[in-house]
Amino acid sequence: MTTTKAKVAYSPVFTDGAEFRIPTFKLLKQDGSLYKGAKAPDISKEKALRIYRAMVTTRILDERMLAAQRQGRLSFYMQCTGEEAAVIGSTAALDDADMIMAQYREQGSLVYRGFTIDEFMNQLFGNELDYGKGRQMPVHYGSAELNYMTISSPLATQIPQATGYAYGQKLRGEGHCTITYFGEGAASEGDFHAALNMAAVHRVPVIFLCRNNGYAISTPAAEQFAADGVAPRAYGYKMDVIRVDGNDILAMHEATKAARSLAVEHNRPVLIEAMSYRLAAHSSSDDPSGYRSKDEEAVWREKDPILRMRLWLESKKWWTEDDEKKLQENMRREVLETMKRAQKRPPPALDTLVSDVYDEVPPALAEQFDKLKAHIRRHPDAYPKSAEHAKGTAKEGGLK
Amino acid sequence: MTQMNMLQAINNALDTAMAADERVLCFGEDVGIFGGVFRATSNLQQKYGKARCFNTPLVEQGIIGFANGLAAQGSVPVAEIQFADYIFPAFDQIVNESAKFRYRSGNLFNVGGLTIRAPYGGGIAGGLYHSQSPEAYFAHTPGLKIVVPRNPHQAKGLLLAAIHDKNPTLFFEPKRLYRASVGDVPDEDYQLPLGEAEVLKEGTDVTVLGWGAQMEVIEHAVEMAEKEGISCEVIDLRTILPWDVETVANSVFKTGRLVVTHEAPLTGGFAGEIAATIQERCFLYLESPIARVTGMDTPFPLVLEKEHLPNHLKVYEAIRSSVEF
Repeated sequence: MTTTKAKVAYSPVFTDGAEFRIPTFKLLKQDGSLYKGAKAPDISKEKALRIYRAMVTTRILDERMLAAQRQGRLSFYMQCTGEEAAVIGSTAALDDADMIMAQYREQGSLVYRGFTIDEFMNQLFGNELDYGKGRQMPVHYGSAELNYMTISSPLATQIPQATGYAYGQKLRGEGHCTITYFGEGAASEGDFHAALNMAAVHRVPVIFLCRNNGYAISTPAAEQFAADGVAPRAYGYKMDVIRVDGNDILAMHEATKAARSLAVEHNRPVLIEAMSYRLAAHSSSDDPSGYRSKDEEAVWREKDPILRMRLWLESKKWWTEDDEKKLQENMRREVLETMKRAQKRPPPALDTLVSDVYDEVPPALAEQFDKLKAHIRRHPDAYPKSAEHAKGTAKEGGLK
Repeated sequence: MTQMNMLQAINNALDTAMAADERVLCFGEDVGIFGGVFRATSNLQQKYGKARCFNTPLVEQGIIGFANGLAAQGSVPVAEIQFADYIFPAFDQIVNESAKFRYRSGNLFNVGGLTIRAPYGGGIAGGLYHSQSPEAYFAHTPGLKIVVPRNPHQAKGLLLAAIHDKNPTLFFEPKRLYRASVGDVPDEDYQLPLGEAEVLKEGTDVTVLGWGAQMEVIEHAVEMAEKEGISCEVIDLRTILPWDVETVANSVFKTGRLVVTHEAPLTGGFAGEIAATIQERCFLYLESPIARVTGMDTPFPLVLEKEHLPNHLKVYEAIRSSVEF
């Protein structure tokens, strides 16, 4: 039995869906004024400034940390540059208790929710205060307190997990949802399709936010999909979908706010496709000059989402040149000072090598650890970071 | 006590867990009203509702991805993969996600509540895609627990332990025994320990080790050997990961000989891991090489299944060779 109610035709009629062109929702022009007919969104001055400060902080953090990577201070970094509005605008439309399951380029969400510069640095340098205990590459942040699930490197795996997480939220009935972020490249993975289909079938309060930023490392969107972007796929799953100008902070906020209400109040999952551009390289290991032109980038630099919001704030008399100067100076200083502090902190203790694999260290692993410590005691100079932790007798084990 | 077959015991375990804790959920392909293709989840939807026991779309990576998220949220998902042969689309979610969730987040988040059930093994004329034993693939992944029961009593006690365990657990059910294995099962909520092997029978000449459906095969082989005066110590490993090295090593210290048997192919099979560890521990006590009796290094066949499988005759011969070495 099938539930598809198709019209009957008596000659073969093929369709490729080209007639469906999804419009792009926009509110704010690049000069900071609203499009004609666009309704001014209901965002308080306080909230608008919280959003703007998060955008600027993210940009400064990214610039400084890329420079730090180039200086050899850290092994790897990923910038959010160009996509600040897509990430922060959407996060700002949620309740802070909603869960965020991000890809890896959503540090702006954390900044907005109050992750401190110290917390960023501890992760980037994998020191003893890193919540992830120095186990993952830089930028794999996580915060239980801020409802930001720890980042996982494998692409798109978080998308079906978001569906599952949100299903649990629905059962608990506390009126919360989950948002998951990913790029248009990740949307090619099977996990994406599994997640959307399951969410639609089981009416799960989850928001899928695709940052369509034009490139998956070096692969341009045109080599990623043949269709009109990622958004039309929602039709196949009978899911609500909206395409938004991803550089328009007001549109991103409004669209996500409406999506949240569909998700939480009506248990309808929503797909948001944010059209933007990854102005920076994919990561510090990537060099875009090998696959795209400076002219192409220049076009998008003109559409800078931060400048666009600043002009809007200035038009509302909520922000001045002086405010900008102070924020920039303070933030640059804080980032530098915090980085120096974090770099000096010791690495995680040696026993973090074997903790958290299971809830308790199993006997075979405890034995391996004892052997390792005995070995380090014989060669302390070869393991300068851990020699202190390996002291004591083998019998002690040293496991918590 | 009630007489149950293994499916009834598994169903009873799920019922027990769902009645005790509303956070426990069962889902998978055909798991809802139909009760699963083997009926392991019969009546659970009727009893606990569609929100807690339901069909998923046919997408294994989605089922386990969904289950990972649900477990991270604090629910206690029991996800069914219809056959262990079809667990591979979910391999990434299990190996890269379930197994590493706690470690990568420094225990900010974990999916300890997750249990994945899957029928495994041959002997049902299932051919190459309804007969595999994939435990060794997952045994290479720190962070998972892998459990295999051998009869209804074990199935209920171990499944309840897996559901309550604070680590993601794969529970492989020997489908050949689903209806064939019948026995007394306590009606109450009880758990058997994970990570502990069980010595089923004490002996002095040779240790014979296996898990799941292979325990029945071992039983027949040992009967044959004992008629010839060979005293066998029989151990059910029960938990493949992390496995109980102590119990097996202590047995081999006593007997000096070890025969390990599993249905999965020889090369890279878990018997190899056991053999390596035991020779390391027990080298000076060994009277003969550690023997592995396993499936062949072929895909699982259909018509020649009996020839392929490590049956009681092959295990018996290995016991004799070991003793006569």
